[in-house]
Formats: sequence, C-alpha cells, structure tokens
Amino acid sequence: MRMNRRSFLQLTALAGGGLALDLYLSPLTAAQGPETPPNLTPQAFIHIDPNGVVTIMARASESGQGMRNMLPMLIAEELDVDWKDVRIQQAELNEKIYGRQFSGGSHNTPQGWEPMRRVGAAGRQLLVTAASQTWSVPAEECTTQSGRVLHAASGRSARYGELAVKAAALPAPALNSVKLKDPKDYRIIGHSQRGVDTPAIVTGKPLFGIDVEVPGMMYAAIEKAPVFAGKVKSANLDKVKMLPGVRHVLVIDGGITPAAFTPWEPGMEPGIAIVADTWWQAQQARKQLKVDWDLGPAATQSSEGFKKRAEELLKTAPTNSLRKYGDVDAALKASAKVVEATYEYPFIAHVTLEPQGATAHWKDGKLEMWSTSTLPGNGLSLVAKTLGIQESDITTHMVRSGGSFGRRLQNDYLVEAGWLSKQINAPVKLLWSREDDIAHDPFRPGGTVGLKGGIDAQGKLTAWRHHFITYGDEKNATSGGGIGQDSYPAGFPPAYTLFISKQPLMLRTGALRAPGDNAYCWVAQSFLDELAFAAGRDPLEFQLDLLGNKQSSWSFGEHDPVGDHEPSGQEVLIPERFKGVLELVAEKSGWAKRSKQPGRGMGIAAWFCHMGYFAEVADVSVDAQNKVTVHRVWAAGDVGSQIINPDAAENMAHGGVIEGLSHMGQEITLVDGRIQQSNFHNHPLMRMRQTPKIEVYWRKTDYAPTGLGEPTLPPILPAVCNGIFAATGTRVRTLPLKQSGFGWA
Amino acid sequence: MCFLDSRAPLPLEYESWDLINSGLKLVFVTDPLPFTGLWSEQMPIKLNINNMAASVDAPPDTPLLWALRDILNLKGSKYGCGIGLCGACTVLVGGHAVRSCMTTLGSIGGQPITTIEGLSPDGLHPLQLAWDALDVPQCGYCQAGQIMSAAALLARTPHPTDAEIDTAMSGNLCRCGTYTRIRQAIHQAAEAGAAARTT
Repeated sequence: MRMNRRSFLQLTALAGGGLALDLYLSPLTAAQGPETPPNLTPQAFIHIDPNGVVTIMARASESGQGMRNMLPMLIAEELDVDWKDVRIQQAELNEKIYGRQFSGGSHNTPQGWEPMRRVGAAGRQLLVTAASQTWSVPAEECTTQSGRVLHAASGRSARYGELAVKAAALPAPALNSVKLKDPKDYRIIGHSQRGVDTPAIVTGKPLFGIDVEVPGMMYAAIEKAPVFAGKVKSANLDKVKMLPGVRHVLVIDGGITPAAFTPWEPGMEPGIAIVADTWWQAQQARKQLKVDWDLGPAATQSSEGFKKRAEELLKTAPTNSLRKYGDVDAALKASAKVVEATYEYPFIAHVTLEPQGATAHWKDGKLEMWSTSTLPGNGLSLVAKTLGIQESDITTHMVRSGGSFGRRLQNDYLVEAGWLSKQINAPVKLLWSREDDIAHDPFRPGGTVGLKGGIDAQGKLTAWRHHFITYGDEKNATSGGGIGQDSYPAGFPPAYTLFISKQPLMLRTGALRAPGDNAYCWVAQSFLDELAFAAGRDPLEFQLDLLGNKQSSWSFGEHDPVGDHEPSGQEVLIPERFKGVLELVAEKSGWAKRSKQPGRGMGIAAWFCHMGYFAEVADVSVDAQNKVTVHRVWAAGDVGSQIINPDAAENMAHGGVIEGLSHMGQEITLVDGRIQQSNFHNHPLMRMRQTPKIEVYWRKTDYAPTGLGEPTLPPILPAVCNGIFAATGTRVRTLPLKQSGFGWA
Repeated sequence: MCFLDSRAPLPLEYESWDLINSGLKLVFVTDPLPFTGLWSEQMPIKLNINNMAASVDAPPDTPLLWALRDILNLKGSKYGCGIGLCGACTVLVGGHAVRSCMTTLGSIGGQPITTIEGLSPDGLHPLQLAWDALDVPQCGYCQAGQIMSAAALLARTPHPTDAEIDTAMSGNLCRCGTYTRIRQAIHQAAEAGAAARTT
C-alpha cells in the first residue's frame, strides 16, 4: 500500500498486542479455517489523521455483498466515530495482519461480528488512555462521542485527531479485555449506510477488475479446447503472430489430467494465449486460430449419458448411506400411503456479469497482481506454486469485482494472468469473453434424487428415504455436489435414510451461491409439499408439525462431506427459528386466507443454511401456454439479533430471490463433452419485466448475527414450484422449468 | 493513496489510476494516450464524445465499447456479453440508447456520443442522484448501462409508468437482482426532474 500523505499519522507504529482471533470464533466456525488464525490489532485496521478523518481498512473482497461497508461499520461503531468522518480503504492481501480475507459461505458476518467490534473498541480504548494521561484524570471518568474523548468533571474534550500520536505510543489492549457497547447505543450498526463505492459506480469511475490499468500493459485472451482439459496438438501460431496488434502467442500446456473427480483448484487448463495491444485485437486474432486439439477422455461425456447412468444408479440398491435412523423400509411398508418421486436438476453456470479476468505485472522476479478473487489467499499460494516463486514475492491488490456468487472462490483466471505476465515479462490484463466464462465455469453440479415418503392413517409423516445421485470418485463428491447428514429434513421424520451414489465427472464444478442448498432445498421442500398434499393437510401446518417432533440429533463435526470445500452444518438447525420464519412469512402473506383459483396459486417453503433461516411465499399465475408469472414474493429471515446494514440487507434478499428465479430457467448441457450454452440467450437471467414485487421481513432473535449472501436464495425455487402446483395441479420435478413443460412469461 | 468516499471517490490504490482519473475529461483530446496499435492504414475516426472531439486510430469495424475502454480510457461502459444481450455497455448515440459492443466506430458519423462519464458534468444527473440516494447497486457492474438506458427513457418519456420502465429497461440485465430499486430510482429521478423543471 502506498501512503503518500505526509500528514498521515498512523497508529501502526506500534507492535501489536492483540489476541488470537480464534477466541472470538465459535468452535463451529473455527473448525473451518485450516490456518492458524492471526493476531488482530486496531493498528492494522484504523488510521486517524490530525483532522479527525478516520480511515478504516476493509479486509474482505467486495463483489457486491457490501463487505466494504459491513466490516468497517463494526469497527467504526465501537471506535465511536461518526460514519461521515470515516473513509474506507480496501486492504491488500495480508492475512497475517488482517486475518482471514475470505468472502464466501456467508461467513464474513459471523466471523467478523465479534473481532471487528473488538478491534474498534481497542482503538477507542487507546484514545481514551491517551486523553486520560494528558489530562491526568482516571480513564474510567472519560467518555467518547463522535470522534472525541470527553471528561465531564473537568469539562475537557479532545478530538481523536489530536490524540492519535500519543495513542500510537501506547501498548494496545488485549482484544478480549475491551468493553463493547450495549446494542441499544448503536449509531452505525443497524442504521443503513450507503455503499462506499456507490458514488463511483453511478459516475462510471474505474473500479472493477476489468478497469485496472497498468502503464505499458498488454491484453490477453485465451482460446481453450471445446472439451474440458483438451490439449493443443498443433496450431497456426506463426500466422496468428503476424495479425494486427498481436505481440505474443503462447501455448499453455496446462496441468490437468481428466479424472472422475477434479479438485477445487486443479491447475491451469491447456490452451493458446494471444497477447495483443488491445483486447479487441486479441479477440480478432483468435478468430483466425486453427487448432488441432487432443480432446482427451472428457469428449465422451454427455448430459444424456449422465442421465442414463443416474437412472441406473437409482435402480441399483444403494450401498453408501450418510445418515440412517429408524427402519425406513419397514416404516414405509407400514404406511397408509407411500409417495414416490424423482427430482432432477441441471448443471448451471455462475455468469457473473463481469467475466473472469485479472491483471498481473511481472517485474524483476516479483509479481504484482490485481485480483477479484473472494478467496485471494488461495490465489496467492497457487500463483506462487505455478510460477515457482515465493509468496513473499507477490503483492495482491484486492479489486472490486462485477459479481462472484461463489465463482471467484476459484483462482484459475488469476493463475493464468500471473503465468502470462511472467512468460512475456510485461504487465498484462487477461479477460475472458462471455463465451469463455460459460464454457469454462466451475459449474453448479447437477443431481438426481430418488425419494420415498410414507404417511400414516392420521396424515403424519412416517418415513423419508432419500437417494442422492451426484458426481465424483469413490472418495470425493465433486465440489459443490456433496451433501451433509444434517440436510433438512434429516432428523425430523420418524425413520430416515440418506443414501449417496456417485458417477464420474470430468469437469470442474464449484460453489454457486448457497452451494448444495440451492438445489437440496428445492428437492426437499417440493417433496414435503407433495407429502402434505397426499396427507390432505396444509403444507405449512404439515411442516410445523414435523418441526415439532425432532427424532434424531446430529452435531457439528461428525462428518462434513460436502464436496472438498464447502462445509455444511455450521450449526445445527434450531426448530424454533425455522418455525419462526415460516410463521412470520405466513402471517405477512396472508397464507391462511389465500384464495384458490384455477391458474393462480401460492407456494410456501423454508430453509436453513449458512447459519441463516429464510421462509418465502410466492404468488404465482400460470397461463394457458404454461407461462409462469411470479407476482409477489414475501420473504422472512432470521439471521440473529442485528441486521447490520438494513438497506443493503434488503437489497441482498431481493437479489437472492431474483437469482433463485434465474436458476429455474438455466441449464448447462453437454454433447460430446462440449458445453452447449454460450451466452445470455441460452443461459438467461431474469429481466426487469419478470421481477416480482418482493417484501422482506426480519425476525430478530437472540443469536449472534450471521450472513445474508446465501440463505435468502434457496426457498424461492420450491415456493414458486409449489405455487405452480397450487395453480395447475402439475408438479415441477425437473428443472429448468422448460423440462417440466413450463416457462417464464 | 485513495479513499472510497463521496468526496474523493478514487477507487484504487494504484497511482496511475489517479492520473487517469484526474485527466479523464480531456486527456485524449490534447494528449493521446500511448497506443501502439498497428492499424495505420486508414484515417483516424473522429468522434464527438461527451461534448468533446476525439480522434481514434482504429479500423471502422472496431466496436465503440473497446475504443471507449481501451483506447480512450473511458472505463465506465462495461463488457458483459459482446452481443447486445446484457446492456452493460449501453451509451447514448444521437440521444438513443445503443449497445456499444455492437456499434462500430464507422457507423457513428457525427452523432454525439454520451457515456456515463459525460451524463452530467458533476455526477449530479437526477438519475445518478436517485441511484445514490436509494443505494441501488450491489456489485455495480451493470449500473452504468442501466443509468444510460434510463436516461434515454426519461429524455423521451419524462414520467414513465412501471410498464414503460419495464419495456425500456428489459435489455439491461442485472445479475445481482437490483431491478426493484432500479425501477424505484427511475421514478424518483422522474419526479426530481419534474421538480427541477418547475422551479
């Protein structure tokens, strides 16, 4: 970081006191971090200039989830300054001083809530100590307000800016010793603060990864095989090198061997990189490329083949059960009614509106990178490994991105940019085209689920048999395609079994917003609606009844088999919270008094994931051509005691609902290993005219605040599908909607 | 060093960005940025961008978007799809919203071009104010295109209905799903615009 303001007095002169971050993590979240948590100090995060301007470092990457606001707001609140006097600066990657700089899994709120507030409170305490020493009064008699320390008895006060130098010479207090505010005194937390980048966004300032400019940089595009990990046999490189603006053409050998399971970061994909004076020239030159590819084994894959294999696996007696209690087969046999259904959902792509890319500058054996990664620490080690250099020789600037939704947890584009810059010994900006971005996405894996549920003569659920067909090898489920033993409704039906079977997949997959849950919720909440209907009961009443009869407990840490990345079961489902959001959304939507008419219906669904609880109701109509309109959505959420930035939280919830609707229209399919979709015409997003009216309600509970990125999304899919059933009597058991005969109006 | 606030919204730490920002309006007219393209066979194309004359040394089939972004250093217009499906690259040409990724330099002639950077001299266009007040963006990547489409709409329809907004804005995708706020912001800007005209 460049500090070129001479007047800038920093608290950073001190060696840090601080306390291990892990004391402030619940054992649950602490278990997820593989690294030793670092020591955090107020000095790392807070800088105060003589005029009282407070600069707070935003440690997490920003891709639209509001992290540049949320985490600094926690610090500013406890530091006791006015938000208008706060400047936010994006931290560079340095996990030794900032702690984990990771934006994913809705983790920033639960992992930042306690430590960031304590960092702010420790900063405040340093300033109070400085004032009390200056005035020779007891620190306990001093108070703070709006960036000033006050001593009421003597009528003295001083601005933080006047005290900063002295405060910087004091030892920092231990973070666990500082006193935190009573939440009723909050002036920043719980009060909407506009996005720190909003003014720059609305005036078109360069702000995003794609906007990075480095003097003398060139632009790169990469042509990859139409099949995953296909290698270059030969190409007309000499011709392409002569095209206008082209400076370099390089073959990337890559390091991926297609196999039944592909790791989270498998290494570089093979291809041909074209480096030119402008990106447009690189793209034009790409059109002249003639490549003979060795497509490799992935060329044998197809969606049809996957479907066929899934059907075989469904018919085969499963041998691998993840969770089992009661005798599910006996209970089904004894049931008055058995409902059986198969649910199928497709692969889908992330399609962040800013395609993947990165800028890198190799100079004198060192690398400077401008990264949009949401897991930049991974990116750093991968680049270091790939380039054969030390991590200490790499500087990572964290740049705002045009969306992540889980995509930028993987660092493939960053490694490519770093490698290219080293090869050509010059600064380079790599940009993927939209077509590249879809074809080489780490997809949300598809899946097939065979379900059997039993109902007794009183209409109560007796048994739930769940056979999940996913992808992977013997040992590993594909990334984003594993399932936790706690996946709802596990634990509630009197008898339950969760089986898992896998088929090989030679493709990269990953985490798409609410990974796993964005599909499992649709399956479970749709099937519950089926069971309620079969039982002749209201689906809300049926589910509340089920939630009231917990049969089997599961505790965190028993086993966490969700992919090789995304942990599940950060916390065990608390039935009262699940019921609470259901009851709230029912009240707000007028569920009990909903009208029933042909072609129009309401559906309800709820889910617990990433420590948050959401229930949603959709008011849906279906016309004679089976075109679906979602008129209105009610959402009720419980993410604990505080909504830290309420306007942003509401925006995020709207986004979760709208994204869920988009998922229902999307699919990625393969023929001969080739991805069939290429752009927004065949992998669409909802448009404004298709957007329902959305109302968001919060149920505040006494639990510590948790994140909002993910849990808002899952319930909308089954809420709409259950609404379609209420309107038409037809069940949507296959997504996208068109595979079930429906489509968006 | 830069700060991310409303008074000095210089977004990144890299010093060259400050230079680009400070010279954003005029730098390419009086002092062309170093550009080392090999296309010199045709006359430079003259454009009128944000009320300033610019000269671009690029083939006439070059899309306006890439001339704006990578030659003229106006980064506000964004690349999202390259084929006119997402609207992130929307600018005004002759007052009409066009997708600059599909508009070639040779097709523009003397028509004035307005980009997000030139929508207002001070960033205080009613749409920008409304977007700011309602804190519309999530990731923000689509918003320049959204605002430019909305500007074209309000220029011909000062008081659009929801249906008119939906029609005018349905060429602009928002991956984050900020549509409800975009609609609200357009209404708010329409009211502010009306108030400004009557005072």
